[in-house]
Amino acid sequence: MSTTAENVAQLTDPSATTLLRFATAGSVDDGKSTLVGRLLHDSKSVLTDQLEAVEAASLKRGQEAPDLALLTDGLRAEREQGITIDVAYRYFATPRRRFILADTPGHVQYTRNMVTGASTADLAVVLVDARNGVIEQTRRHAAVAALLRVPHVVLAVNKMDLVAYEEKVFAAIAEEFTAYASELGVPGWGSGGSPQENWCTAIPISALAGDNVVEPSANMDWYGGPTVLEHLETVPVSHDLTGCHARLPVQYVIRPQTAEHPDYRGYAGQIAAGTFRVGEAVTVLPSGRTSKVSGIDLLGESVDIAWTPQSVTLLLEDDIDISRGDLIVPSGDAPATTQDVEATVCHVADQPLTVGQRVLLKHTTRTVKAIVKEIPSRLTLDDLSQHPDPGQLVANDIGRVKVRTAEPLALDSYADSRRTGSFLLIDPADGTTLAAGMAGESFATHKAVTTVADEEGWDF
Amino acid sequence: MTSAITVSEGVDSPYALSHLDALESEAVHIFREVAGEFERPVILFSGGKDSIVMLHLALKAFAPASIPFSLLHVDTGHNFPEVLAYRDRVVAEHGLRLHVASVQEYIDAGKLRERPDGVRNPLQTVPLTEAIQQHRFDAVFGGGRRDEEKARAKERVFSLRDEFSQWDPRRQRPELWQLYNGRHAPGEHVRVFPLSNWTELDVWQYIAREDIDLPQIYFAHEREVFKRSGMWLTAGEWGGPKAEESVESRLVRYRTVGDMSCTGAVDSDATTLDAVITEIAASRLTERGATRADDKMSEAAMEDRKREGYF
Repeated sequence: MSTTAENVAQLTDPSATTLLRFATAGSVDDGKSTLVGRLLHDSKSVLTDQLEAVEAASLKRGQEAPDLALLTDGLRAEREQGITIDVAYRYFATPRRRFILADTPGHVQYTRNMVTGASTADLAVVLVDARNGVIEQTRRHAAVAALLRVPHVVLAVNKMDLVAYEEKVFAAIAEEFTAYASELGVPGWGSGGSPQENWCTAIPISALAGDNVVEPSANMDWYGGPTVLEHLETVPVSHDLTGCHARLPVQYVIRPQTAEHPDYRGYAGQIAAGTFRVGEAVTVLPSGRTSKVSGIDLLGESVDIAWTPQSVTLLLEDDIDISRGDLIVPSGDAPATTQDVEATVCHVADQPLTVGQRVLLKHTTRTVKAIVKEIPSRLTLDDLSQHPDPGQLVANDIGRVKVRTAEPLALDSYADSRRTGSFLLIDPADGTTLAAGMAGESFATHKAVTTVADEEGWDF
Repeated sequence: MTSAITVSEGVDSPYALSHLDALESEAVHIFREVAGEFERPVILFSGGKDSIVMLHLALKAFAPASIPFSLLHVDTGHNFPEVLAYRDRVVAEHGLRLHVASVQEYIDAGKLRERPDGVRNPLQTVPLTEAIQQHRFDAVFGGGRRDEEKARAKERVFSLRDEFSQWDPRRQRPELWQLYNGRHAPGEHVRVFPLSNWTELDVWQYIAREDIDLPQIYFAHEREVFKRSGMWLTAGEWGGPKAEESVESRLVRYRTVGDMSCTGAVDSDATTLDAVITEIAASRLTERGATRADDKMSEAAMEDRKREGYF
């Protein structure tokens, strides 16, 4: 779309736009760079000087046409080697929405990069080459999106121009992907509702020719769904607050102790889930002390109600001992505290994670000492099979772990809350982030029960 | 939880935050994380719009208490006088503590040598990193945004720097959820970028929404300028114009504020925030492309400076 006066007017109205965070995943030659380039380009996010730089660099390399991958490969080593090393974040806007794109590389360290991008994403775009259909890498991407509980997935079946824009090619790929995703136990999958109610929306595209990316395709009149951009602009990003357990991890205690505010004592944090109201009875974990919310400050403004993901300061009726790392929850809706954490982890470091290893566990605002008691299984994403007792996890492995912590944690299941059910394992020696943890059950649990637990007696 | 709230899923949900509210909440979360986890954080403050927005967010994050950080300004010696006046006014108004690392002092002491082209931006790295070591700052807030430059697009919110302040883009920690890992060894520090996810337009819209005061050079005004390397530079004692360069008076404004030797003005008649926002939304040039000479030195200029410890 071009920049018209009307677009400028809409772009400059800040109240009209929401923020969508999404991640792209695709294999090396699926055309991910082309798709990203087109989304950036057609939303005016590639500006003249950037394009000129790409053109100059392409010429220098002896390429005739500007190589759009140079827009997204930002590092010297990436340009020299023609590969993408790491997740990059990109920004573009339409009059309806602002977008934060976690552009994840398609190869080398694929799993940890996609986990990183997916951890904050509201939506994941999984690219498939129409000529190749669902391949190992596609299944991995779908599994990571499901494991990380990315709320929405777009299956972008690319290069439709190379299969004569045939509907049956697209339908077969969408069906195969659906079958695999239902194995992952994704809620809302294939429920037959509108595309927005389903977890996944399949869109036939040609990123190169521009079919169904920003403009509807004249070559595929059999397709009646949205274009990629239209879907990105309209997919819901707000949380369903009714089903959420309210959680406020205390980040920092605000105590001015000035003449103007001699008794102010506020518990600052970003609401991780649900809503808090003035007058509500709350419990502080892990101590279990109770009080009532006497006031909520929303960055200098006093409010009666606040919800995720607002950063707020809670004031309580009673002067109780609360510090960073505590969790404030509604009384009657408190998670159990535990020192035995069972979780699915993705290993993101080059150094391995082994049974018996001493680590730090960072959960919300709390970091505690912990020890890896067991690594019951390692998962193969391609076929979701479980490999019992691997002894260790190495880079890009996904597995189940049991961790004993030095202090009790108020941990939700990741299925209930991405924010209070997630944690990091950190190497205390050098601070390396070792693993991304998701507490509780996942599809990685179920297979182990059916295929392994019966014969070897594991119970988790 | 018992609640009467019914939420209609969709863009129009009353519980969907506007993009500015979402970015503000995220930035405040980052400030509070640093306050909770580090001993000696400092905010890099240049008097430019990004650092002004950072300071505004920090003030909101800890209100009604004062912010638990001091400020650090790397003074190139070629700063716009209006910006220095603004800096001192803000520091006094909020009762802040300001540290100044001076490039001029380093040059005078023979510890740094002036470049033949007179550009001082790259010279900031040494005074900056030495100030960090000297004051033992363990977290250093920068106003860098990932939309500015392709090397910055790779930057983490929490970016670990070694004892030489170096950035190694190939050895960055994955950043998962909102769980920022600030572990560091003595001598190392973490650069923290609370505006990572903001764009230039977001910054301006936020300034307008919050009615934040800015140095006047951000708005159109008549100024004595001369052309060098395709950019309008302000004439002054710092070293311009040369004999073959001629000064003229033009209606201009600045999109970024930095060292006078490499920060260009743009032709503009935008005298209000609304006019500035409209101008930026319609611009076909990036902020840095329009106004920064030092980024044009090579394809990897920013990356190379960041590796050495630049912010």
